[in-house]
Amino acid sequence: MSLIKLENIKKSYPLGDGELEILKGISLEINQGEFVAIMGPSGSGKSTLMNILGCLDQPTSGKYFLNGKEIGKLNSDELATIRNQKIGFVFQGFNLLSRTSAIENVELPMIYAGIGEAERHKKAINALKAVGLEQRMDHQPNQLSGGQQQRVAIARALVTEAPIIFADEPTGNLDTKTSVEVMELFTRFNKELGRTIILVTHEEDIAMYADRIIKVIDGEIKSDKRKQK
Amino acid sequence: MIDIKTITRIALRAIKANKMRSSLTSLGIIIGVAAVIVMLAIGHGAQVSIQEDMKTMGSNLMIVRSGSSTSGGARGGRGSLPTMKAADGDAIQEKIAKIKLAAPVLEQVNQIIYGNANWATSTTGTDNRYFQIKDWSLDYGRNFSESDIKNAAKVTVLGQTVVTELFGDVDPFGKTVRIKGMPFTVIGVLQKRGENGMGMDQDDAVFIPITTAQKKIIGITFPDQVNMIMLQAVDGDATYTAQEDISQLLRQRHNLGINKENDFVIMNLTQMQEMMESSTQILTVLLGSIASISLLVGGIGIMNIMLVSVTERTREIGIRMAIGAKSWDIRWQFLMEAIVLSLIGGLVGIITGLIGVEIMKMFTTFTLIIAWPYVIIPFIFSGLVGILFGFYPAYKASLLNPINALRYE
Ligand SMILES: Nc1ncnc2c1ncn2[C@@H]1O[C@H](COP(=O)(O)OP(=O)(O)O)[C@@H](O)[C@H]1O
Ligand SMILES: [Mg+2]
Repeated sequence: MSLIKLENIKKSYPLGDGELEILKGISLEINQGEFVAIMGPSGSGKSTLMNILGCLDQPTSGKYFLNGKEIGKLNSDELATIRNQKIGFVFQGFNLLSRTSAIENVELPMIYAGIGEAERHKKAINALKAVGLEQRMDHQPNQLSGGQQQRVAIARALVTEAPIIFADEPTGNLDTKTSVEVMELFTRFNKELGRTIILVTHEEDIAMYADRIIKVIDGEIKSDKRKQK
Repeated sequence: MIDIKTITRIALRAIKANKMRSSLTSLGIIIGVAAVIVMLAIGHGAQVSIQEDMKTMGSNLMIVRSGSSTSGGARGGRGSLPTMKAADGDAIQEKIAKIKLAAPVLEQVNQIIYGNANWATSTTGTDNRYFQIKDWSLDYGRNFSESDIKNAAKVTVLGQTVVTELFGDVDPFGKTVRIKGMPFTVIGVLQKRGENGMGMDQDDAVFIPITTAQKKIIGITFPDQVNMIMLQAVDGDATYTAQEDISQLLRQRHNLGINKENDFVIMNLTQMQEMMESSTQILTVLLGSIASISLLVGGIGIMNIMLVSVTERTREIGIRMAIGAKSWDIRWQFLMEAIVLSLIGGLVGIITGLIGVEIMKMFTTFTLIIAWPYVIIPFIFSGLVGILFGFYPAYKASLLNPINALRYE
């Protein structure tokens, strides 16, 4: 059984009197442990797809199975539980809580998982160590560089031991050097920890870190290639 | 679900992050709670001081005086036709078990003279039962002896105000004062009593034996005449239930035929006291309720700011939802923030209110009394206001859709 299975997913937004179809019937399967890059030009619907995959948004039609469970049948609190336990997010704009220290940002998903304070703290420190930020634990986002902020966000995605990490243009706001650092982190987590990583990017060299590249153009999958080992 | 400690910490952080706004928001609650505390202290003070004044009048008190019970046009005013005798009082005390004591009272305002000083005050002819009913002890000296009453002795017991006005620092004991030109020996001085429930100075009076008043000081139209009989019933209920018995006894003693109206009036002072007490209680409730309105207005202020805050923090809500906050977690967070704001306001309000009460005490003549329930209740009320007015903004926050919240600019 595949980890993720999409069947003819469509998404449209109301536009004037009619509708604007952004995703025009996407079907795909992703297995546990894969490192997938979703590529495509700006406006092609990558983020829309990613948000559906991440259970943040619902498709207009089609079926989505995560671990064999049909997502469309769940209510908002059940979706929240899935986001909390099965999914870690890394966004282009970091999306850290402002005026909140790095460690507290990393602890946040564990608060909603009901994990006790002491354990929360210990795990957050470990996650920050894994991204090389243990020295910056008490810094707030505005005291950190873009690359550091993104590493905090990665630590936050990592800390719950969620099997899947979704990253939407994680290097979009970073320079080349820090982009490389971030991508190396993802690669390591994929290879060493076995996390499934699904990455959205429009940059060729970033996509090259992945083992499988799915190209989306105009809301449709144009190609789906695995890297030759 | 989040534990209460964490949620409180999150709430406190949000409040601290916006100190200026938080303090302005709490201000409504602070003023509200302080106002309620001050108002309740005023109301409670009035209640207590009236109760205390009432107590000095004597308990389970009734008065019987001459006059008709109806206040018809041609009929003379109350007491215009004297009908009561001291013996009526003795009969009531003896025959009616519900009446413990009956004191005759015959009074008149007279000029009292000591040396060069003179003072107009009420001369009250009575006997020792009067002091018993009023539970009024002597400061020093003695009260009337049996022979004083029997022989209509020219002796007097003075109230404190009269002592001050006539004697100043001089010890009045054994001195002679003149009432209507007649010399009276001061045999005792009463303890200070203060005002009664109607605001009258009870210490501004001199007391002489009832017989002396009847025979030598006050001109009476028939033997044994008095203005009124003061009665003390065995308990509060008896002040109501004894009235019929008294009425029957007096009608019989006054030989009133079946068609004749009463020539006396029975007044129940206990009932008046109860009315005064309940009216001050109503005053307390009224003052408290009016002040509570400002607490409610404070609550509306909190709701306003929380609504603004929810909109401003849409993105934060989106982030929290994306990483697994359930709708209840979000609701709880904002509700807790409103509650904490209200309770902080409530605490500062208590302090402000207590200071306010002290300031009022310094600059006004009101009796303000702080009763702890009247401090705790507004505080609890402020918490309830937080829950009430925090709920809607919190509910609104929890309804946000994570993807829209995350995209919110
Ligand atoms: N909430 C929305 N309402 C209307 N149109 C939207 C909404 N969200 C996205 N779109 C449109 O969908 C298209 C695809 O957007 P997106 O998935 O963000 O593209 P990408 O991430 O590939 O750049 C864009 O043209 C965008 O304008
Ligand atoms: Mg995008």
